[in-house]
Amino acid sequence: MLHYALFFIFAALAVGGALNLLIQRHPISSALSLVVVMGALAVEYLLLGAEFVAAVQVIVYAGAIMVLFVFVIMLLNAGEEERAGRSRVALLFGLPGLVLFGVLISWALIRINPASNRVAIGALHGPPDQIARLLFQPFLLPFEVTSVLILIAIMGAVVLARRER
Amino acid sequence: MDTTAFVLVSAAKTALFLAILLGVVAYTVLLERKLVGRIQNRWGPSRVGPFGLLQPLADGLKFIFKEDVTPPYVNRPLYLLAPLLSLSLALTTIAVIPVGGWIDIKGIRTPVQITDVGVGLLVVLGITSIAVYGIALAGWASNSKYSLLGSLRACAQMISYEVALGLSLIGVLILSGTFSLRGIVEAQQGTFLGFIPNWNIFRGQIVAFFVYLCAAYAETNRVPFDLPEAETELVAGYHTEYSAMKFAMFFMAEYANMVTVGCLATLLFLGGWLGPVFGPWWLQAILPVFWFGLKVFFFLFLYIWVRGTLPRFRYDQLMAFSWKVLFPLAIANAVVTALVVALKS
Amino acid sequence: MVPLPYYLILSAILFACGVAGFLFKRNIITIFMCIELMLNAVNLAFIAFSTHWGQLSGHVFVFFVMVVAAAEAAVGLAIIIAVFRTRETLNVDRVNLLKL
Repeated sequence: MLHYALFFIFAALAVGGALNLLIQRHPISSALSLVVVMGALAVEYLLLGAEFVAAVQVIVYAGAIMVLFVFVIMLLNAGEEERAGRSRVALLFGLPGLVLFGVLISWALIRINPASNRVAIGALHGPPDQIARLLFQPFLLPFEVTSVLILIAIMGAVVLARRER
Repeated sequence: MDTTAFVLVSAAKTALFLAILLGVVAYTVLLERKLVGRIQNRWGPSRVGPFGLLQPLADGLKFIFKEDVTPPYVNRPLYLLAPLLSLSLALTTIAVIPVGGWIDIKGIRTPVQITDVGVGLLVVLGITSIAVYGIALAGWASNSKYSLLGSLRACAQMISYEVALGLSLIGVLILSGTFSLRGIVEAQQGTFLGFIPNWNIFRGQIVAFFVYLCAAYAETNRVPFDLPEAETELVAGYHTEYSAMKFAMFFMAEYANMVTVGCLATLLFLGGWLGPVFGPWWLQAILPVFWFGLKVFFFLFLYIWVRGTLPRFRYDQLMAFSWKVLFPLAIANAVVTALVVALKS
Repeated sequence: MVPLPYYLILSAILFACGVAGFLFKRNIITIFMCIELMLNAVNLAFIAFSTHWGQLSGHVFVFFVMVVAAAEAAVGLAIIIAVFRTRETLNVDRVNLLKL
């Protein structure tokens, strides 16, 4: 019961944040809505028992990547978005089509729902030490490759954002 | 423990911790003013109450009665959100900080901590990461050059020093084997060589302690890293346009962050509440909390001492210090700790 | 006990919002944020399935997705800053000439 309530509250928060990101015209409001979405998703991860991933989501995604976005928006200070050309056809066929497609997918997903398909609150514990064991034993090669990737990204960002002399 | 008892005990603990934290924050302001005053060879506040002890009350009343000026062209929702966000996040970290051992009252056994999460240290780091938004939004919403510059500098400083802060904790985590704050303190029990306590700072984490200290000073925007809010440089940085209660919220948030960082440093490096425990059962419950308070007081004293003594870093010196000195030091500390632990076992 | 498909439907809705924003928005930073939204939706699906099958590899995948998203955000924003410096606009429709 509590699990349902928590899931729906934070799911509504996430979807509301995503819709607000689309509706808002100023990029800073969109950025803050995205932070709300990420926070709501972190709580959803906690409901699924992924405590390490939830903490890393808040630290890395909401606390570093989105800060970078907010930083760039404040630095560039480009102002509100202009209205692009609206297409009547897109609205007429797109929105009902989207709703129909969504209902179809939801029905298909819920139909393959045997009794064993339920996820208990915190069913799988995601403790950091077991994730670390997985990172350093089966997944060692992707781990080392991503560290090289980050190094390349750092060098690329420094070179690209440099002012021309 | 059944559900209602658990809820009641947790609510009582939360109220108690919050009340104590707010009291400590208020008196830290007084401590700072008196200590900085003594360092500068003057008394500090000494007129309100004996030895100036009622000064926080006077300050609180002043902030409540001051006129609340809202400049005309600010972004209203963000302008109001920024101090709320700063203060609420600064007061939230106390939820995972353990202050003492266990308390047994009438058969109810409860830790002296609001909740013990398996990833407690990451929760504190996460809250510190989100606190950057309070400062960023304050500068942006104020619609003023000085505020925006100050807040951008403060954000860049905070995210740079967060990296050094996180990396300095890796040595402690390797020695403790768990992210839970209670577990980290319990791994520091006992003594070696008979009389030296088994605290992490004596187990080789002195470099990590130094890196953590510098990074903590920069995270809380305190001297010598307080360029973003320096009065003589940028008017007042990101809280230029804030007055009365909203400024008081930023002020309280800064001191609450100081206290939190001090608590974290005692837990990670100075052995938390571990210390000599003796006497009847009620003394045995109070003494760990007393040792914890003493160590946190030592930290606050160190903070204020540094504030009264050192000059301020220039912004480029500040950023160079983080990326060129603290970051390699923290990584070197992690590597050496990991090597020593691996070779020992 | 929440059934697994509810998590998948939430992930699908978020992903659809990300795609819609990516196609309809004109500000390049907002388009980039919609990419991050899509990555988050995928992360949710990974964790939901990882709990369903009882294996932790889903968590490790999410870890890698986050790392890649961080690297991509850094480089992408550096490119956006470089583009803004020369063209003085963040509107994707205006960045349509190979040479200024």
